[in-house]
Amino acid sequence: MSISVLSVIYLLGSVTFIIGLKMLSHPATARKGNLIAAGGMTLAILGTIFLYHNNGERLHNYGWIFAGLIIGGIIGVMAAKKVKMTAMPEMVSLFNGTGGACAALISIVEFGHMTSIPSKGNFNLTDAISAMAGAAPGPAGGKLLIILLGLIIGSVSFAGSIIAWGKLNGRIKDFSFRNQHIVNLLVLGLSLLTAIYLVATIDNHVQMKLTLLPDPKLQIVTAPIVKILFYLVLLLSITYGVLFVMPIGGADMPVVISLLNSFTGVAAACGGFLYNNQVMLTGGILVGSAGTILTILMCKAMNRSLRNVLIGSFGGAKAGVAKEQGHYKSVSLSDAAVVLAYAQKVMIVPGYGLAVAQAQHACHELEKMLEDKGVNVSYAIHPVAGRMPGHMNVLLAEADVSYDKLLEMEQANAGLPTTDVVLILGANDVVNPAAKTDPDSPIYGMPILEVESAKMVIVNKRSMKPGYAGIENDLFFQPKTSMLFGDAKQVLQQLIAEIKQV
Amino acid sequence: MASILSFIHQHIELIYIVILSVFLGIEVISRVPSVLHTPLMSGANAIHGVVIIGAIIVMGEADADNYLALILGFLAVILGTLNVVGGFVVTDRMLEMFKSKK
Repeated sequence: MSISVLSVIYLLGSVTFIIGLKMLSHPATARKGNLIAAGGMTLAILGTIFLYHNNGERLHNYGWIFAGLIIGGIIGVMAAKKVKMTAMPEMVSLFNGTGGACAALISIVEFGHMTSIPSKGNFNLTDAISAMAGAAPGPAGGKLLIILLGLIIGSVSFAGSIIAWGKLNGRIKDFSFRNQHIVNLLVLGLSLLTAIYLVATIDNHVQMKLTLLPDPKLQIVTAPIVKILFYLVLLLSITYGVLFVMPIGGADMPVVISLLNSFTGVAAACGGFLYNNQVMLTGGILVGSAGTILTILMCKAMNRSLRNVLIGSFGGAKAGVAKEQGHYKSVSLSDAAVVLAYAQKVMIVPGYGLAVAQAQHACHELEKMLEDKGVNVSYAIHPVAGRMPGHMNVLLAEADVSYDKLLEMEQANAGLPTTDVVLILGANDVVNPAAKTDPDSPIYGMPILEVESAKMVIVNKRSMKPGYAGIENDLFFQPKTSMLFGDAKQVLQQLIAEIKQV
Repeated sequence: MASILSFIHQHIELIYIVILSVFLGIEVISRVPSVLHTPLMSGANAIHGVVIIGAIIVMGEADADNYLALILGFLAVILGTLNVVGGFVVTDRMLEMFKSKK
């Protein structure tokens, strides 16, 4: 009875995940979708705790389970509530890492169970192997395959996510060496080969052993080499996860996090196979495939292939070529204030600089003030502005900027020729005309915001240093462009003060 | 080889679920506006926290004297819960700010 109730609960859980994901992809229903998925998850967790049993044997260790849930829950809520909006991407990466680690730990424990079969009376080698294979009797290779897959994918995802987290918050610097991608592939290949060898030979590594002391008994044991190789796979996978994310630049981190996110999904699905558990399977695979598509969409927004993101270090080859710099002109705060206040149509291009300076509220205030003066203000949002697609939308929404003021790239580009002033706040590569004009540029081909078609461009930056891609931006040297140096928040506050006096 | 084939045969229903879910995931996501990429990634991140169920089973089946399984299982439950709870709360916080104020 209880197991059939549990099946229905798992079915409901799977359906809520599908509906939740579907609703998450529309702005109006997104929040509800998230809550529905969370509800399904709660149901599935409670159902598992109270209704699950395997061959009539219920779960025990309730104290440990609830302690774990409470500790994890409290830390999770606190971390999620406290994190600043600018640090969202690294938080997502960290949570993704914990999921990967969880999957890897499950594999380790299940491997432990598998290799220490209690020899309750059955001294037949075939029976012992069947017992290792678990619920579905037969050779043990299939189960070991799933365990190893969960281990490899989970630990790559864990190690990679932690490195991505460290890189986004600046704790870990870029690191790469010559031919690193070859070394990476070797490490991954070695890990996979070891895993394949284990799966292929596991049945031969199970032996019967007679111990005479303290009292004579016949035991079934797995050869120690199996354990050594298993932990070698774990070690190699973690190493691969680290090496794989290390050389990738911060600007590409969203793509990597999205990819690792789908990895963790697949690792969770391995658990579904292991326990014949449909909700883990559907949840995991849905995230795996949806995450992969999301990753590809992000790459498309930057006009780069996934292979290029993962193997080619961004701008590594060309960045060293120093182009001759032209002259740029800077503009004073009061001039900028006058220009903005008397414009008809202003478009604001936010970038990472805005996020770092936490200037979203000041930005909204400027927008309101200009609107009061009859200026038409909108925001041009490049798909990869900031450190993660949608990053700018989240930030501006936090400052109560109305949703319909945010223009996507195509809309913005259509409106730019009739715009009087473009105010660029800490964005760089997404407005670099080299993406259209210079075939040698590492960002050549990336769709950009064509701010040059506006009548005037004001660029707020902290200095003339190049952006994340490490390339010069010709835009800054064009006659249309004026530079307004300083921290985005301070500059915006000063601008607001100046505009008040206009 | 034979063991792999028999494994596939025994789990053929699960394999059907996998294949259908792959296409479903692609279908559900491919029409998402870029403004929702970050919340969507975060929401998907919370959903793969379903791995917690595996952690609960591991924990609940561990023998009282198998300390390695107990400790690793306990850790897995904590990490899995972090993934689920943190993931959903962060996503909700992001989406809370999308309420349009017209």
